[in-house]
Amino acid sequence: MGNFSVYVEMIRIRFLMMLAYRTNYYSGILIYSINIGAYYFLWQAIYGSQESIEGMSVTQMTTYIAVAWMARAFYFNNIDREIAQEIQEGKVAIEMIRPYNYLGIKTMQGLGEGLFRLLFFSVPGMVIIGLAFPIDFSNSITVWLLFIVSIIFSFIVNTQLNLLTGILTFFLLYNTGLIRGKRVVIDLFSGLLLPISFYPMWAQDIMGFLPFQAISYIPSMIFTEGFTGAEIYSALGIQLFWCFFLIIPIQLLWVIAKRQLIVQGG
Amino acid sequence: MNVIEVKELRKEFKSYSSRSGLSGAFRDLFTRNYKVLRAVDDISLQVKQGEMVGYIGENGAGKSTTIKMLTGILTPTGGEVRVNGMNPHKEREKFVQTIGVVFGQRSQLWWDIAVQESFRLLKKVYRVSDEDYETHMKEVIETLEIEPLLDKPVRKLSLGQRMRCELAAALIHNPPLLFLDEPTIGLDVLVKMKIREFLKKINQKYKTTILLTTHDLADIEALCDRVVLLDEGKIIYDGRLDQLQKNWVEGKEVRFEFQHPVELGSLEMVSSQFDVKWRQGERSHQWIAMVDGDDDTVSKLMSQVMLNHSITDVKINHVSTEEIIRNIYEEGMSHG
Repeated sequence: MGNFSVYVEMIRIRFLMMLAYRTNYYSGILIYSINIGAYYFLWQAIYGSQESIEGMSVTQMTTYIAVAWMARAFYFNNIDREIAQEIQEGKVAIEMIRPYNYLGIKTMQGLGEGLFRLLFFSVPGMVIIGLAFPIDFSNSITVWLLFIVSIIFSFIVNTQLNLLTGILTFFLLYNTGLIRGKRVVIDLFSGLLLPISFYPMWAQDIMGFLPFQAISYIPSMIFTEGFTGAEIYSALGIQLFWCFFLIIPIQLLWVIAKRQLIVQGG
Repeated sequence: MNVIEVKELRKEFKSYSSRSGLSGAFRDLFTRNYKVLRAVDDISLQVKQGEMVGYIGENGAGKSTTIKMLTGILTPTGGEVRVNGMNPHKEREKFVQTIGVVFGQRSQLWWDIAVQESFRLLKKVYRVSDEDYETHMKEVIETLEIEPLLDKPVRKLSLGQRMRCELAAALIHNPPLLFLDEPTIGLDVLVKMKIREFLKKINQKYKTTILLTTHDLADIEALCDRVVLLDEGKIIYDGRLDQLQKNWVEGKEVRFEFQHPVELGSLEMVSSQFDVKWRQGERSHQWIAMVDGDDDTVSKLMSQVMLNHSITDVKINHVSTEEIIRNIYEEGMSHG
């Protein structure tokens, strides 16, 4: 560690790689727009003539959906699949002969991917969506700053979960199913599709013990000002807790994984 | 000074086997049968600085596994490894700074981006200063003739082009020790020659120690004074290449092309007074005689054979390394 310029370089390389696959980028914009549009009309229908559900107005809900998807563009990355692939194809051997921390590098690649999408995708996308749908942007700088802090935590927690799933490939050797399952669980329990406050009480209680709400629910609630005052800080505290807590299983698995590394394919 | 110091190195793998049939598959869900395979079996080895060592063996003899332990990728099951004065697995990040590795079968360049971007990243990874990079890499790029390839993405390169770039990438930090795992696999003769020339050059210039595994013995003949022969995880020969040739063959190989197909029986009858082994060549007219003895014996044998059978061509060869190694694997080391 301690070689900062390598990590910056890694982000740059990831930018280049994202640019090498422009088609992916364009289709991504399309998929996200469809999703936001579909959820917008879905919620319009659900709200009907009601003013608010569970304390959220229809404008707040639209904003929530739009922000949740745009934040997803930033925190979401494919490093779980990449790690799995590198292990399955034996490429991890190459990574082990490099003088850097593999997990650190993977995290930076994820950050590169996230920043790329944030700059070239979320920001312009948000402007377009703001024109198309009635979205309520906060004009308080504090809210924006807290939101930025919060999506950084989202990125960390989501990336840590990706690292964890990726490392599990060392033990399972084939874990496409696990990766897919994890994605569904995150989309569902993180509050991307449905704010956590809409779930039944018992489900909310269980989710309170899981790291998923730190990924999408908290930043979206901060942005839509669904959280106010002390609620914001305790929410950020939860995110921070998971950022640190998840380091433990990752490091543990990584040490064991390295010891029993079997390189596939000779 | 010993660059590589290995004592009783061992690596065991668990190899799972599936039971047959449906009920077997169900039982596999709960308990699986496995055997412990010893891929590397108590190897001891020392390599001095500046040596070029050929590490050869059949597929599955344990070459790659050894290299992976020497480079810190795999943890040994037992034994001691010290490379460049360090324990490769324990001090991985510091250790890999002092080695260069080329795996012929997998790329270490980033597939989707231009070669020079990969180089630039590796330069940062290995913390190479601008001046060092300039002076050292300029020469490497020139010798390997990869200048025109630098702005192309790796996926668009041919195998020969990619391999030269891989080699350059492994040398960015000018490591004192270079591991090459089948670096010439699938390459044409010209590229092979270029790579060999280059390796010789850096070995002379920087005293780079090179450990090379290959199936192409011409690589070994061109580069290595010393060979280490591996069979089923054990070292069966460690010494000079010319010594191997000397120990193995005192005689010569004579290749006859007859005008007509010839029976083995009649050849053996004609040559019964000589210590000779006959072997059929690729065609029925072609026979190869392995003669034990000096030049005199060889010419006597030839005249005897030619008296009885008319020939179209005859050639005297030294027994090739390939032949020697094939013999060793077929008959064991007892002969030497």
